[in-house]
Amino acid sequence: MDFFSDPIAFIANLLRTWLAFIPEPWLSLLLMTFGVVVVGSAALVLPLFTIWLERRVIARMQDRIGPNRVGYQGLLQTIADAIKLMTKEDITPLGADKVVYNLAPILVVISVITMWAVLPFAVNIYGADLNIGVLYIVAVGSLGTLAIMLGGWASNNKYALLGAFRTVAQLVCYEVPMILSMVVPVLIASSWALAQGQTDFNPMSLKDIVVAQQSVPFLLVAPVAALIFFISSVAETGRAPFDLLEAESEIVAGFNIEYSGMKFGMFMVAEFLHAFTVGALVATLFLGGWHGPWATQYPLLGMVYFLAKSFAAYFLIVLMRAALPRIRIDHLFEINWKFLVPLAVAAIVVTMVVNKLVDPAVVGLGWNALALFASNLVVAWVAFNWASAQARWLRRQEEAKLQALPDLPGGHDEAHSPAQPAGAH
Amino acid sequence: MTDIPLDWYLWLSAALFCIGVYGVLARKNAVAILMGVELMLNAVIVNLVAFWRYLTPTGSAGMVWALVVLAVAAAEAAVGLALIISIYRRRQSVVAEEVNMMKF
Amino acid sequence: MTFPQLIFWVTAAVILASALQVVTTRNIVHAALWLIVTFFGVAVLFVLLDAGFLAAVQVVVYIGAIAILIIFAVMLTRRVMQDTGSQTNRHLIAPAVLIGGVLFVALLFVFSRTRWPLSSAAVPPDSLQILGLELTSPDFYMTALVTVGVLLAAAMVGSIAIARDEEKD
Repeated sequence: MDFFSDPIAFIANLLRTWLAFIPEPWLSLLLMTFGVVVVGSAALVLPLFTIWLERRVIARMQDRIGPNRVGYQGLLQTIADAIKLMTKEDITPLGADKVVYNLAPILVVISVITMWAVLPFAVNIYGADLNIGVLYIVAVGSLGTLAIMLGGWASNNKYALLGAFRTVAQLVCYEVPMILSMVVPVLIASSWALAQGQTDFNPMSLKDIVVAQQSVPFLLVAPVAALIFFISSVAETGRAPFDLLEAESEIVAGFNIEYSGMKFGMFMVAEFLHAFTVGALVATLFLGGWHGPWATQYPLLGMVYFLAKSFAAYFLIVLMRAALPRIRIDHLFEINWKFLVPLAVAAIVVTMVVNKLVDPAVVGLGWNALALFASNLVVAWVAFNWASAQARWLRRQEEAKLQALPDLPGGHDEAHSPAQPAGAH
Repeated sequence: MTDIPLDWYLWLSAALFCIGVYGVLARKNAVAILMGVELMLNAVIVNLVAFWRYLTPTGSAGMVWALVVLAVAAAEAAVGLALIISIYRRRQSVVAEEVNMMKF
Repeated sequence: MTFPQLIFWVTAAVILASALQVVTTRNIVHAALWLIVTFFGVAVLFVLLDAGFLAAVQVVVYIGAIAILIIFAVMLTRRVMQDTGSQTNRHLIAPAVLIGGVLFVALLFVFSRTRWPLSSAAVPPDSLQILGLELTSPDFYMTALVTVGVLLAAAMVGSIAIARDEEKD
């Protein structure tokens, strides 16, 4: 077997010949465990790099240099930080629920790492091809919410509990548009596969969703869904501009206030890894996964494409974090319930109607893709106009309120009057 | 698959259901009573899925009704907890026995 | 004992032990956590029963939604319950055990007396697609799907209406 055409099978065969002395069911179990350990460790090592990358990029955005002392260009900075965190005292607050308190950081890391089990890295490099892959991602992601709730409660600190409430409210709300927007790629993948007469096809498996994007990535076919998925899954990671959970300049650090040492480090690792995983999911669902020139012949090349696309999406998340201010909590929920959820439902309905009217089995994939793209543009245009009309209406209301106020000396009108002499200060 | 007889699942779900019944009957806290109800519903779902798998695996009736029970459980939890929170706001208590306004 | 049997026994033990904890433990938040363990065990059972889809739905709905809802409710109503000691009605333990036990014995009796028309067919590999088609087909279970949708919408409206703080509005 050639290493370049099927690296996983090649390595597995090699290991099988070396470990032939182990009886059969145990050998398979051992190999599976080996694979799990490799993928899990790779996922856990990745934040060492992405944390450094993120700090450097954000430093550039803020006209700083960022960490550049430990190792070449500061590459080893994260390792130094990890060592520092491990040598710190591990404090368990008085009255904390010890078991739950220690369980929460483990659970939050587990919830992110287990997502990697179904990510297709290349045409034949993937952990598991679940026929419910998309649902699995959602299910595993909801464990993270649970872990945050537990961490906040077990700390026996009312600020941690309040932070956990805020966090869980945000995460549960943003799960809704995320799930709804994941339906769109599933729909398109399924109808395209049916149109091409494929029978052995699971529309919810991430592997088959990537296969369906062979000719055109779903970003071009379903840009609205891609945007909703991107926004709501960034909100799921709880990073700026959605970092209300640890708005460090306004409230205490949120649910993880009592955590110290490596337990705090695990929350950090989970957050950074989750951000990259979101990038990988965007790449899988909307950017065509491992597809690229010669990716099917050389899976390792496909893996490079996949990682490049994931890093591109992740880079966008980092730029968002550096560029956008934190949004207010009432705005956060209003955007979710009054904008993203209806828009996601509209995207699903439009996709279904267009797939019925411009049936890919009748007119071909190209025209169907074009029709989907055009309908998405219409949806986006309507949504944008509606949102800006809404914003204008709100502003007029605010202005009417201000107009109704009695004129106070030194009040609203005077402060903003242009009659103030320039250079008075 | 065939290693496990259907009866094992039925015993398990019966035991789970009866634990749920005990919880509903003996607990004071209304939220804990609701947890007992959830246990009972879960036992029902286990039963439905086990029957689906062992009696009609080629159809999907068992799956459909399991999904219906899941949805009903979600609706029941939402309304039940809303009721409990509403009662707590008025009476400062979630002890089911103390909610006896109808006696007046 | 074969491997699936071993998994079944371990899962069954976990489910029953955690379910007992749910109905007996004093700390109500711990009861909610044990409830989550029970839900997980049931999800594992679904995987054993070749219903991976239902296992995922179980995790999403029960752990992702219901358990978090319950924990929320516990914490919102916690102040009073913290210092009330036992969570069980002492005078109701005996009748509850009696009713539960009688029910259990009766169920076992019924189960042992019934001859189930067992089918040895395997689950078709595209059972998920069949489920989806039948759920949306008027000839099969579309009524159930629509009814559940209406029920969920009604439950959402109802719970918002009930839980709203009327004094503040």
